[in-house]
Amino acid sequence: MEIGLAHYLIVAAILFTLGIFGIFLNRKNVIVILMSIELMLLAVNINFVAFSSFLGDMVGQVFAMFVLTVAAAEAAIGLAIVVIYFRNRGTIAVADINLMKG
Amino acid sequence: MPIAPLPNLLAALPEIFLAVAAMALLILGVFQGEARAAKEVSWLSVVVLVVAIFMVGAQNGVRHVTLAGMFITDGYSIFAKILVLIGSAFSLILSIRYNERENISRFEFPVLVLLSTTGMLMMISANDLLALYLGLELQSLALYIVASFDRDSARSSEAGLKYFVLGALASGMMLFGISMIYGFAGSTGFDTLAAHLGGQATPSAGLVVGIVFLIVGMAFKISAVPFHMWTPDVYEGAPTPVTAFFSVAPKIAAMALFVRVMVGPFHTLLFEWRQVIWAIAVASMILGALAAINQRNIKRLMAYSSIGHMGYALIGLAAGNAIGVRGVLIYLAIYLFMNVGTFAVILSMRRGGKMVEGIEDLAGLSRTQPAMALALGIFMFSLAGIPPMAGFFAKLYVFMAAIDSGLNVLAVIGVVTSVVSAYYYVRIVKLMYFDEPAAGGAFDRHIGVEVNAVLMVASIIIMFFFLYPAPVVAGAEAASAALFPG
Repeated sequence: MEIGLAHYLIVAAILFTLGIFGIFLNRKNVIVILMSIELMLLAVNINFVAFSSFLGDMVGQVFAMFVLTVAAAEAAIGLAIVVIYFRNRGTIAVADINLMKG
Repeated sequence: MPIAPLPNLLAALPEIFLAVAAMALLILGVFQGEARAAKEVSWLSVVVLVVAIFMVGAQNGVRHVTLAGMFITDGYSIFAKILVLIGSAFSLILSIRYNERENISRFEFPVLVLLSTTGMLMMISANDLLALYLGLELQSLALYIVASFDRDSARSSEAGLKYFVLGALASGMMLFGISMIYGFAGSTGFDTLAAHLGGQATPSAGLVVGIVFLIVGMAFKISAVPFHMWTPDVYEGAPTPVTAFFSVAPKIAAMALFVRVMVGPFHTLLFEWRQVIWAIAVASMILGALAAINQRNIKRLMAYSSIGHMGYALIGLAAGNAIGVRGVLIYLAIYLFMNVGTFAVILSMRRGGKMVEGIEDLAGLSRTQPAMALALGIFMFSLAGIPPMAGFFAKLYVFMAAIDSGLNVLAVIGVVTSVVSAYYYVRIVKLMYFDEPAAGGAFDRHIGVEVNAVLMVASIIIMFFFLYPAPVVAGAEAASAALFPG
C-alpha cells in the first residue's frame, strides 16, 4: 500500500484529537494536561512536514522548527507555573483547581 | 555564496527598540539588586514605551513590506500600535505603587510587560502566518507569567495555570488551522494567500477547516463567547494591575490582528466567515449583558463587561468593509480609556491597607470621595453607552457600519443587549450616590499622584470626546483606508 498525504493527515488529526480530549476528559493531574498540549503541537508538526513534502515547499519545515522551539518555551513556563501552584496548594489534581467559580 | 542584502530594518525599529530596551533593563535590574531596581526599571519602562509611541508615530502611513514579506507597516498598524503602547504604558504606571504595597514589586514585571508588548506589535504588523504565530506566542508566554506574578497567592497562581492551559489549547487549535491553510492554499504569506483565494470560486473543504480553527484561536485571545471561559477566573485571580493590562493591550492587539487577517487574505470569503463572526458577536454581547448581572466582585464584573464589549467591536468586523473597520478602531480607542480609567478606580479601592473588590464596597462613595465617585460614574455611563460619554459614540460607529452593510438584526441585538447591560453599570452609580456608606468606612486616601493623573486623563478624554472627536475618527479613517486600498 502506498502511504500518501492523506495517511499523514489522518494520523495527525487523530493525535490532535487525542490531545484535545486529554485536556478535557482528564480528571487527574495537570502534568497530563501539559503532555496533551505537547501532543497537539507535535500533531501539527506532522501536518506541516507532510504538507511541506507534498508541496515541495520549505516553509512548512521552517514552521515546524519554530513550533518545536515555542513548544519548549511553553513547556518550561507551564512547568514553572505548576511548581508555584503546587507550593501554594500542595496538590496538582485537576479537581482541586477550583478557588474561583461562578 | 553571495551574502543576502540586509532587509530594511527601519520599518521594524519600534519592535527592535522595545526588545533591546527590555533586555537592557533586565541587565540593569540584575546589577542593581532586587530592592532598589523595581521602581527605577518600571519608570524607565514607561519612558521606553513613550519613546516607542513617538517612533511609531514618526512612521509615515505608506504601506511597507519588509523582512522577506513577513512584516508590514501601514496606516493601520500605526494606529493599532499606538493604542497598544498607550495601554501598556498606562497599566505599567498603575502597577508601580500597587506592587510596592502588595510586596510583589520585582523588576521582572515591567520587563515582561515590555516583552509582551513587543509581541503585540509584531502581531499587529504580521504579514505571514509564521509572523502571526510567533508574535502571538511571544505575547502569550509573557502574559502567562504576569498572570501568576503574585507567586505566593494561591489565587494568582491558579489564574496563571488556567490561563496557561486554555491559552496553550487555543494556540494549538490555531496552529492546526494554520497548517491546514498552508497545506490547502500552498503558502503562509498574506499577500500570496489573498492572490490565491482571489482566483477561486469556492474554497476547498480543508481550507475552510483551517480558517475555522484560526478564528477559534483568535476568538479565544479576544475572549469572545464561546471561548471566554478563562476570562472571569483570570481577571479575578490575577493581581489587579495585571487585570488592567489584560483588559486593554492584549485585547486591542488581538482584535487588530483578527481584523487584518479576516479582511486581508480572506476578504474574498467574506460571506463564509461573516456568519461565524455574526454568531460569536451575538453570543458575546448576550453573555456579557446577562452574566454580569449577578456578579459581586468588581473584577469579575469587568471581565464579563469586556466580553460584551468585544462582541460590540466584532460587529464592525462582521460588516467587513472600511466603515466597519473604522468602527472597530474607534471602539478600541475608546474602550482603552474607559477600561484604564475604571481600573485606576478599582486599584484605589483599599481599606486599612487591604484591597477590597466587592461591588458593595463602593456604596456611598460620593460622600466619602466625591471626585473618585464622579470619575467612576463617568466611566460607568460610558461603558453603558449613554450620551454624551465617549462610549455612546463608540457604539454608534459600529452600529452605523452594521446597518450600512445590511446587518440590521445584529445592530438591533446590539442595542437591546446594551440596554440590558446598562442595568449593572447604572447600579454601581446608584450604589455610589444613593446608598448609605459601606460598613468599613472610607477608602484609604493617598491613592498616588500617578494613579490620580491616569484617572484625570482618562475621565477627561471620555467626558469630552464629543467636543473634539476629530483626531480619533480621522486617524481611524486613515487606518482603515490602509486595509482597503481598492
